[in-house]
Amino acid sequence: MANFLKKLYIALIFIFLYSPMVVLFVLSFNSSKSRAKWGGFTLQWYTNLLSDSSIMEALLNTLLIALISSVVATIIGTIAALAINNFRKGTRTVLMGITNIPMLNAEIVTGISLMLLFIFFKVKFGFMTILLAHISFNIPYVILSVMPRIKKINISTYEAAMDLGASPLKAFFKVVFPDILPGVFSGLLMAFTMSIDDFIITHFTKGAGVDTLSTKIYSQVRKGIDPKMYALSSIIFITVLILLILINVIPNGNKEKAIKK
Amino acid sequence: MRKLFLFGLLATLTILPLFGCGKTYENGEVYVYNWGEYIDPDVIKMFEEEYKIQVIYDEFETNEMMYPKVEANAVQYDVVCPSDYMIQKMIENDLLAELNWDNIPNSTNIGEQFYLTSEEFDPGNKYSVPYCWGTVGILYNTDKVDEPITKWSQLWDEKYKNQILMQNSVRDAFMVAQKLNGFSMNSVDPDELKIAKDCLLEQKPLVQAYVVDQVRDKMIGNEAAIGVIYSGEALYTQRENEKLIYVIPEEGTNVWIDSWVVLKNSKNKENAEKFINFLCRPDIALKNFDYITYGTPNTAAWDLIDDEDIKSSEAAFPDLSKYNNLETYHYLGEEGDELYNNLWKEVKSE
Repeated sequence: MANFLKKLYIALIFIFLYSPMVVLFVLSFNSSKSRAKWGGFTLQWYTNLLSDSSIMEALLNTLLIALISSVVATIIGTIAALAINNFRKGTRTVLMGITNIPMLNAEIVTGISLMLLFIFFKVKFGFMTILLAHISFNIPYVILSVMPRIKKINISTYEAAMDLGASPLKAFFKVVFPDILPGVFSGLLMAFTMSIDDFIITHFTKGAGVDTLSTKIYSQVRKGIDPKMYALSSIIFITVLILLILINVIPNGNKEKAIKK
Repeated sequence: MRKLFLFGLLATLTILPLFGCGKTYENGEVYVYNWGEYIDPDVIKMFEEEYKIQVIYDEFETNEMMYPKVEANAVQYDVVCPSDYMIQKMIENDLLAELNWDNIPNSTNIGEQFYLTSEEFDPGNKYSVPYCWGTVGILYNTDKVDEPITKWSQLWDEKYKNQILMQNSVRDAFMVAQKLNGFSMNSVDPDELKIAKDCLLEQKPLVQAYVVDQVRDKMIGNEAAIGVIYSGEALYTQRENEKLIYVIPEEGTNVWIDSWVVLKNSKNKENAEKFINFLCRPDIALKNFDYITYGTPNTAAWDLIDDEDIKSSEAAFPDLSKYNNLETYHYLGEEGDELYNNLWKEVKSE
């Protein structure tokens, strides 16, 4: 009985989490534009999707911005975390507090203040402004996920490497970096998803004619969301699902290889 | 190795957007800021080819989302398509440029009555050219309602308990109650507003839900019998479910107009006027009407429509001369907005 309840509980959780995706997935094959009517099975939204240049452009922008901003933010954030860690305890707490504020801050405040900043410096709004905004709001997430890893490393190993003749840079990449890599990687992933998710900050920092998926979808609210977006969302979901499966399967393979070496 | 791969990926991705900018436009550019899905994408391409002007096109989702971006002047848009009350607010805050009507000869294709209505928010027709228009009315399902619906007061009928959909926006909800009592929907008289509020409270137990754009799908899916809806959406719902009938209530209603305006700090004013002029051409207006399904004020385009049913459709092209109690929304100032918002909160929370 207890076992059954446990399974039921898990099943309920998964139903709540995934039923919206299932609905979306089913609707992406509906030939009627309305969710209330089943007009028959069709693949037209998928084929139309590829020929819709504005959606494809928005997709490309979204991925480019997410990729570049997360990589840049990871580099800056990791370096910042290393530096913060070297301060005295008091200063460190203050600095960590300051980096945490942007995460707790309402997004709309960040968005509008970034917009005003760009206007003040007369930056032309466009792809670059979105990118800069995304890099800036991504950095705290990277710092937050790298910091615990840095605290764990043993400074003696780094010093030992230097004693044995490594340059500081070489010592860092050979000794410190592999230790903090999991933190860096999860920071990168977090930054990537935050960037893909973001709507409000993007709305205020984007220029004319540059759209990401989130702003594109939101602009369709008045006239009803284009079913092509259902198709695209389904594709993205399936891609992520396959990636996750691969990530969970591949590490086992790697370990075996490592042992053979 | 991994680093090299990442670097390579980054490099290709940064260079990618540089391709595909082959076309040249010798007559400059125009920045357009419009509602989402509110123009046929082919129309933009046709304009670019004919006038050799590059259109930089951007979309907004509500008037309220558009305003701060335009006011902050973050992006220098040239042409914007706000709704009536927002145009009034923009005129009052000195954001708009007066149009040079000589550059927009096609503006004569727009029906005289729409310029008259525009006077309510744009006195003297100095700033705006009507683009889309419509009414707010009642959509009902003949399977679930066996009498013709003609009045707002039928939304207070006990028979339709849990079958009524109301609009979940302050002004649209109050408009219904104000018109029911014969008041102006732009009234800021506290006594009138109190009566309207009491009416809404009285109706609340009968209402299935206060919704915005879900009216469309709920009515198509036979989930409710009666809904308050924008006429533009009504035409689309009728295509999907032929049991639905749209009526403009006898007590009068809101007539809304979305119009093109040119911003004061526009750098491409002439191109902007060329763009507006192009949209007023009958064939182009017709193309847009087919795409948007919202009523077009362009009478020359209306003449070109073949389908008699659509030409006489109550949803798309109602004969407004039958009604003498139609109004457009006015901008009520911050105090007025607050008054409405507070009363609406009381309705929703009680």
